[in-house]
Amino acid sequence: MSAAADPAARPRRKGAGDVLRQLLQRPRAAFGLIVIAAMVLAAVFAPIIMPADPFAQSFDGLDLMGAPLPPGGEYPLGTDLLGRDLASRLILGTRTSLIIGVLANGIAVVLGAGVGITAGYFGGWTAAILMRFTDLMMAFPALLLAIVLAAIFQPSLLIVALVIAMVNWVQMSRVIYTETRSLAEREFIQVQRAIGSGPIRILFRHLLPHLLSTIIVFGTLGISTTVLLEATLSYLGVGVQPPMPSWGNIIFENQTYFSSAPWLVFFPGLLIVLLALAFNLVGDALRDILDPTLRGRH
Amino acid sequence: MSGAEDIGPGDGRLVLTVRDLTIQVATETGATTVLDALSFDLVRGETLALAGESGSGKSMTALAIMGLLPQPMARIAQGSIRMGDTELTGLGERGYRKVRSNRIAMIFQEPMTSLNPLMTVERQICEVLLEHGVCARGAASKRALRLLQDVRLTEPERRLSQYPHELSGGMRQRVMIAMALACDPEILIADEPTTALDVTVQAEILDLIRTLQAEHGTALLMITHDMGVVAEMADRVIVLRDGKVEESAPVRELFAAPRSDYARALLAAVPQLGAAPDRPAPSGARKVIEVDDLSVRFDISGGLFNRTVARVHAVEGISFYIRERETLALVGESGCGKSTIGKALLGLVPWEGSIRIGGVQTRGRSRAAMRPLLRDIQMVFQDPGASLDARMSVGEQVVEPLRVHGLASGSELADRAEWLFRRVGLSPDMLSRYPHEFSGGQRQRVCVARALSLSPKVIVADESVSALDVSVQAQVLDLLQELQEEDGLSYLFISHDMAVIDQVADRVVVMRLGEVVEEGPRDAVLRDPRHPYTRRLLAAVPVPDPTRQRPPLPDAAGIEEDSPIFAVGSGPARVELHDMSQGHRAALTAP
Repeated sequence: MSAAADPAARPRRKGAGDVLRQLLQRPRAAFGLIVIAAMVLAAVFAPIIMPADPFAQSFDGLDLMGAPLPPGGEYPLGTDLLGRDLASRLILGTRTSLIIGVLANGIAVVLGAGVGITAGYFGGWTAAILMRFTDLMMAFPALLLAIVLAAIFQPSLLIVALVIAMVNWVQMSRVIYTETRSLAEREFIQVQRAIGSGPIRILFRHLLPHLLSTIIVFGTLGISTTVLLEATLSYLGVGVQPPMPSWGNIIFENQTYFSSAPWLVFFPGLLIVLLALAFNLVGDALRDILDPTLRGRH
Repeated sequence: MSGAEDIGPGDGRLVLTVRDLTIQVATETGATTVLDALSFDLVRGETLALAGESGSGKSMTALAIMGLLPQPMARIAQGSIRMGDTELTGLGERGYRKVRSNRIAMIFQEPMTSLNPLMTVERQICEVLLEHGVCARGAASKRALRLLQDVRLTEPERRLSQYPHELSGGMRQRVMIAMALACDPEILIADEPTTALDVTVQAEILDLIRTLQAEHGTALLMITHDMGVVAEMADRVIVLRDGKVEESAPVRELFAAPRSDYARALLAAVPQLGAAPDRPAPSGARKVIEVDDLSVRFDISGGLFNRTVARVHAVEGISFYIRERETLALVGESGCGKSTIGKALLGLVPWEGSIRIGGVQTRGRSRAAMRPLLRDIQMVFQDPGASLDARMSVGEQVVEPLRVHGLASGSELADRAEWLFRRVGLSPDMLSRYPHEFSGGQRQRVCVARALSLSPKVIVADESVSALDVSVQAQVLDLLQELQEEDGLSYLFISHDMAVIDQVADRVVVMRLGEVVEEGPRDAVLRDPRHPYTRRLLAAVPVPDPTRQRPPLPDAAGIEEDSPIFAVGSGPARVELHDMSQGHRAALTAP
């Protein structure tokens, strides 16, 4: 039915610019892109746009009873327990959370997909070794592993990102492994072997595009989990070191005061949801754009 | 048309009346009519065939009658389906439950997927019996056994406690039929009931359906693409194309003198056993493929330490050769190892023995060392939809072999792609499209073009036309023929379809359980079969001629069901071939 409907009307080749243009044509994806762009800008220009010093503990920031101030007035999003400006801390925290969410998650995705696809395609001993290693990582309590790794290395943002990546790639590799196994049995992969294509070509030109939707779904899911895992690590003192803010550790610092000062948890939580949602929307649209069988639909 | 005037045999009691049935399916471009004003009557005891190629709307009709149209994409836009006093189109899900199984039952194409793999045969049959209150709980098991006896299942007591995977395809379809007949329905709808089965099993199942129909007086609505099955089963035929009725006639009239152009073309395209023209003897005497004592075995591992516990002897000691410009056909039923041979030739499965391609030995070659030889041998698979990468434009895929072998680059690739497309009768404008934008036949042309890109000497065609509609099948066969004449290609043509093989083959090799049982020139093997298995295969082919009664299947004596699985260290007794006549050999002792 979609077959020879309007052969000429559809865009054929997909350059990066072309993909971006198509993303912007979709309202939801465009919204996601704008959110991501705004967060990146906020992270880069944090020192310029912060309304106050995020580290300054001022008495003005607390009321007479020593409780944090609610949003409004001098402090647009209120203050935290130490009287620091929440808006400024959230803006500066964007840096940490973006780096963790994108970098740590990115490493996890690449590593997980790489291991899964390799084990899935080659099978045999390669798969046995890689997958037993994956099982081992899965059996290990993720938090314990993270604490051990973080304790061995001097805590820094990069180390935290690597630790989180180490913990998070496992699920991805499991899922990709299973899916590659079934894809590798499919006839078009058999055809590639009959043609004489090498494994690199089969893996990257033929298998990877079919796995993209799974990778995107898992990748976007991973963003919120990594941001929260960073918060957990910070809470345990092995993550981002105070007074450096991150969305996650702002939540954890203030969670006990949720009933009296809900904004301290609400705003950073909202940002995490927004970040995950934005990547999700863009990811969904990207998947549809890259799938030629869905071309021309919205 | 109105179906009211042509009433078939039987006692004339009307069981189903369909009037102006129109079905629409929602698509991105709006509602598309997939069935347009179909009308017919179905009388007790008669068989009406709905025949047509893919997309003709024949399965939609069956689903509409069963109230199983996929909601909400498809809907009945207009028309009525009446069973006696009951109008079915307006019936809700609750009302339909009383109709299904009780009054109308359906058999589907794929018996494996229609049975629940986690339930025993007994439970599945009893479920139907109890759901419709046919009998009391205590009597259900007995009743189930009776049903299995009715469908002539061997060892019915044992089958009751078995799971679907323990049964063969034919047995599963018998169980499906038993379930369909559990409530003694007035109408049985059979949607391509034998398409997924081997030809000898198909013949048995068709015989069974006919017998049961005569016993119960059930009206049968047979949906099929196979004109041979139509000729064998139907009293009346409705030929559909793109949802429109092309012709409606009693079966003999249709086959003797089709009135519509489409029915005429469709019948002409059906390959008929024994009707193929003579083929010129291959001129070149050079052998391009020489296979000697080829064996392929797959290990079955199990147990605590995952040791090899048994082996499947998929191919056992096979020898053959293919000359230049020659087509060698490998024929046999599913599981006989014919596809495995094709894969072994391309080095896709591990094998033992000797294979020479263009005189070069390929034994013991790694995948990398095998690569240069792949320029001489290429493969076209069965399902063109599955063998093309959905995420890559066909233009890129067609020249991918050239890229892989480093034979062309840049603008040369584009020129080559255009040339290949023209060669297989496709327009070069379509190069930038993706596989889903093509029809099945066009996709198979793309696959042929891809196989041709390396200018191979041999093409292994593994069931390459089996998934195509007959009219398209004929076109693709013509294309393969043409390429052979012009480029001097040789084919290893793997197929289960005797009629197709009759059209294309120079020589035929008949395989069973991994071994050759008969081989020789086409005319010798197909016109004068010696081995009982070959005879059975040929006798089972449905003949597209309603005036000719298919002879009963020859006895299966000596070729009973057997398995190619053996314990480690043992194997099948090698069959020995004896000369019957010039080049014609069969596994028999007496010539």
